[in-house]
Amino acid sequence: MKRIFVNEEWCLGCHMCEYECMFANSGLDEMFKLKGRTGEFVPRIQVEGGEKSPVHFAVNCRHCTGAICVQSCIAGALSRTDDGMVVIDKQKCVGCFTCVLVCPFGAIMPGPDGKSAQKCMLCTDNLIGEPNCVKHCPNNAIVYEERD
Amino acid sequence: MKYTIIGNSTAAVACIEGIRTIDKSGEITVISDEKHHCYGRPTISYCLMGAISRENMKYRPDDFYVKNNVNALLGVRALSIDPSEKCVTLSDGGKVFYDKLLVATGSRPFVPAMEGLDGVKNKFSFMTMDDMDGLEKVLSPKKKVLVIGAGLIGLKCVEGIADRVGQITVVDLADRILPSILDAEGAAIIQRQLEGKGVKFILNDCAAKFEGKKVTLKNSGQEIPFDILVVAVGVRANTELVKNAGGEVNRGIIVDTHMRTSIPDIYSAGDCAEGYDSSIGANRVLALLPNAYFQGRVAGINMAGGEAEQTNAIPMNAIGFFGSHILTAAVYEGECISHIQGDIYKKLFVKDSRLVGFILINDFLRAGIYTQLVRDKVDLGTVDFELLKNAPQLLAYPLGVRKQKLAKKV
Repeated sequence: MKRIFVNEEWCLGCHMCEYECMFANSGLDEMFKLKGRTGEFVPRIQVEGGEKSPVHFAVNCRHCTGAICVQSCIAGALSRTDDGMVVIDKQKCVGCFTCVLVCPFGAIMPGPDGKSAQKCMLCTDNLIGEPNCVKHCPNNAIVYEERD
Repeated sequence: MKYTIIGNSTAAVACIEGIRTIDKSGEITVISDEKHHCYGRPTISYCLMGAISRENMKYRPDDFYVKNNVNALLGVRALSIDPSEKCVTLSDGGKVFYDKLLVATGSRPFVPAMEGLDGVKNKFSFMTMDDMDGLEKVLSPKKKVLVIGAGLIGLKCVEGIADRVGQITVVDLADRILPSILDAEGAAIIQRQLEGKGVKFILNDCAAKFEGKKVTLKNSGQEIPFDILVVAVGVRANTELVKNAGGEVNRGIIVDTHMRTSIPDIYSAGDCAEGYDSSIGANRVLALLPNAYFQGRVAGINMAGGEAEQTNAIPMNAIGFFGSHILTAAVYEGECISHIQGDIYKKLFVKDSRLVGFILINDFLRAGIYTQLVRDKVDLGTVDFELLKNAPQLLAYPLGVRKQKLAKKV
């Protein structure tokens, strides 16, 4: 399965991936319409490293082989697809955030309404279909490919 | 190979999934006295409050048993285990033979002897779907509810029914609410919040005597009228099957890190099992859902001839009430680094250069980065702990470790 991998040497910390993620999952038809509304969305990818940090990199779901979030979910809302993607069923999620407690990457978080969790599903759950963050990264600091 | 599993909750499901990672064709039989398709037990409060539908309480999809080729005997109770014949006797008179057996019988409510309790009509525990159904039938907006026990189960019940009943009063013998996961200061934050929702607390007290729809408390002598009683004082592990079969039990069924009991070919996992807790370096019952899954999976893999071990279990909890969230892990000892501001409450506990535990209330994003430091007993000298004190982040790890985490398949 293709996953998103980080080349931190090339990350400028521009946060473009976060905006592209919000846009992809917003249902909006144009990026500029996010203007003034970013508070309504929570990106599923997060850039680490503040303004003064020499290091930056983006973190989102690693789709771990033995995903501890799937094993820990109290509601059976998290599962793995046959090809290995970790997915969340919002209808089943009760928002206890046990997944937040166990994810070693800090890559799962409350959604905008705070009532259920959200995570990267590689843009398979929106109209984009392929990771929008990777597509628009100006520096190849995140890539979408097969790796061991 | 014939696998038999007594129980049909988290540890049982995990065991099935563990077995099937190795053995796709062995015969699996599940025995459960509950008639229901496996469901997430902690979801009962969410169903009562209308956060999820009954259908969505299912822990695995409808086709789970079929897809995994499991023979599910639901609504029948396992009465005894005969380790010499390697068979389980059922309440309907049947027998199920096994090559490998998992005992995942969970726990049951502990109801202490209280005078007059037998005469109380509407009294409930709050652990199962049947408990939920029974309680739901008697809920109505004017009814007064008395909850004995301000622990995780009692207070989740409170949240579940708060908008569907009149007054709720919670009584607990402890001096604070949620004593198993919170210190006094943290508990006070959550108590204030619940009181803001109209819940009344009486602490340092317990029921002396029930008379119909009235209880008299022991220490304060107060009399409290109620229509519905919920007893959520604690739980006891269901150890009897293994004990009666000659297995070693303490508070729970004693298991090694492979989930083996003292009886050959019998494994145990979940709330009934007493396994290794790495936060205290000894065995104890860790009755929490993720642990039931971890143990069940380890048991299943070993039962199927694979190799798995659970050596890094710790107590950890994520629980919320009315929009507040509490995430906790392991032990609260050593040096405490705290950040408290209004309803935000954060405590990290450091001992021998390790993060040994934490309490996070209402500031919990990315908490799993802390949890991994605790579980893996990471030497804080190898990470930038100053960064971590401020917020959990992977930037605190050295470059090489970060590359392992983010530039490779994990």
